[in-house]
Amino acid sequence: MNRNVFLIHMMRLCLLSGCLLGLGCSDASPNRSGDSSEPATLYYFTWSDYVEPASIAQFEQIHHVRVVVDTFSSNEELLAKVQTGMTGYDVVVPSDFMAGIMGRLGLLAELDGQRIPNIRHLEDALQHLPFDPEHRFAIPYLWGTVGIGYDAEVVSEAPRSWQALWDPAFAGRISMLNDQREVFGLALKALGYSLNSQSESEIRQARDMLIKQKPLVKAYTSEQFDQLLVSGEVVLAHAWGGPVARAMRERSSIRYEIPQEGGTIWTDCLAVLASSSNKSLAMDFINFLLDEQVAAQISERLLFASANRQVRDRLPSDIRHNPAVYPPEEAMTRMEWMEDVSGAMRYYDRGWTELKVQ
Amino acid sequence: MFVVSWISRGPYGGLDWTWTGENYVRLLDSLVLGIFLKSFGYALGTTLVCGLLGFPLAYCIARSSKSWQQWLLILVMIPFWTNFLVRTYAWVLIFRADGVVNGFLKILGQDPISLLFTDFSVCVGLVYGYLPFMVLPLVSALERIPIQVEEAARDLFATRLEALWHVVVPLSRPGWVAGSVLVFIPSLGAFITPYLLGGGQSLMIGTLIQQEFLVARDWPFGAALSFGLMAVILMLWGWLGRKPEEQSMI
Repeated sequence: MNRNVFLIHMMRLCLLSGCLLGLGCSDASPNRSGDSSEPATLYYFTWSDYVEPASIAQFEQIHHVRVVVDTFSSNEELLAKVQTGMTGYDVVVPSDFMAGIMGRLGLLAELDGQRIPNIRHLEDALQHLPFDPEHRFAIPYLWGTVGIGYDAEVVSEAPRSWQALWDPAFAGRISMLNDQREVFGLALKALGYSLNSQSESEIRQARDMLIKQKPLVKAYTSEQFDQLLVSGEVVLAHAWGGPVARAMRERSSIRYEIPQEGGTIWTDCLAVLASSSNKSLAMDFINFLLDEQVAAQISERLLFASANRQVRDRLPSDIRHNPAVYPPEEAMTRMEWMEDVSGAMRYYDRGWTELKVQ
Repeated sequence: MFVVSWISRGPYGGLDWTWTGENYVRLLDSLVLGIFLKSFGYALGTTLVCGLLGFPLAYCIARSSKSWQQWLLILVMIPFWTNFLVRTYAWVLIFRADGVVNGFLKILGQDPISLLFTDFSVCVGLVYGYLPFMVLPLVSALERIPIQVEEAARDLFATRLEALWHVVVPLSRPGWVAGSVLVFIPSLGAFITPYLLGGGQSLMIGTLIQQEFLVARDWPFGAALSFGLMAVILMLWGWLGRKPEEQSMI
């Protein structure tokens, strides 16, 4: 299941980079006819592996509309597409910091709280976040954490510190996310800094630490780590919670731990593009996705926590109490949101390149 | 793209319309040059191995009877019916710790070996992916060499190998050049293979370009990198294209 999704994801990556490397983006934006006799169509642009088909069908039935789903594989891809004028999408799903950027760039429409009553049920931890304190542009949808997925059969002691990923006893059996901000964020956290550091010297220290770790690392991958955990090739993985939760279903000795130093907390948000010509339908759709029953159905399938706090009680207890899906209460205080580091991005990029050429 | 490579990165990615040559200066950074060199190493290695494996294969195909030849060529083409990505991913399944290779080793009572995410697995993936591009031009070049030429060489007391080396190999030069270009250029820019089979451990130029566009959101530098790569390829092409003429003059 995961493998197919991964392939689709990679194909999209190929297509997009082909697009960018070639002529700049081609005109792949959905066509609008403006014909009123046709049922209205809503264009939903979301992450690959992030759609629960039954709920989409349900929405289509209730509102007598057609929903066209298109997917992207990174926040940057989403931004690039929207920025290069690929309008035509109505609802998009940027992550926290990207929702902030898109809001500031004027790419998102202001939301009407009246049309989205389910905003009342937002989890406490997801309310009034710094990137959009008044929920003017974006409403949290699914959320989660970054931590360590590990195989308890081999790693007998739970990894309470990120330093566990520097343990030579597991050389060649460690995987890291292939994501420069996450990897540097982890090292910065292990050093006691903020994962949003903009200081060149702190980022350099993190780089040196990561270079030391590299000989122990089997792979830098954001997509394959769950399969590597299941196959036993990797026993400690720097990981998103959701895929680890899915890996647990295939290998029962897999566990998830958020180290003491804390890690990233993230949420993907629902937002309407400023260029959308169907804003009210788009907001109905957002409200629908946040509906208690629909959201529970989505979370149960994708194994990501829902932003609607009522959903917790609807989920089976093994999902509700799985730290890879819902982080334990005590861990919440240690989590940090990732923010855009604008100019300092260059230090991260350079450090990452230096790490990779080692 | 060319215009973009001469302007600055905006604060949130995107573009800030101030002209600058900085992006091209950054190309000369030792870090970037190192990546260029490394990618060249990979691409050159891939081309050489493709040549070594491809020539005997192409020779057998070109010298087999017409009906056989058709079937053999179809066999070479069949993998193209499947998506490149799927075929590359198949190697992941073969090389994995619980994959096909280690399955065999286990049956033989050997210790499992680590194959996935190494330079070796990247090279196998590249060679596998681009071998047909070497074989097909070679077959068509070899077909054009009459068998009588080889027989003449044999009559002049050349051994079979000598005849191959001194007669067939130089005569099939257009095939070599076309094949090498077809293998070298895509393997220079490859990013799927190093990504899937290299485990993100090393950075090739294709990966770096992709990273600048999609991760660092630094389009101008990404554009400059693409143009750097293109310039290098054009220079190589020019050099390769000139070679046969020089030779015919000698």
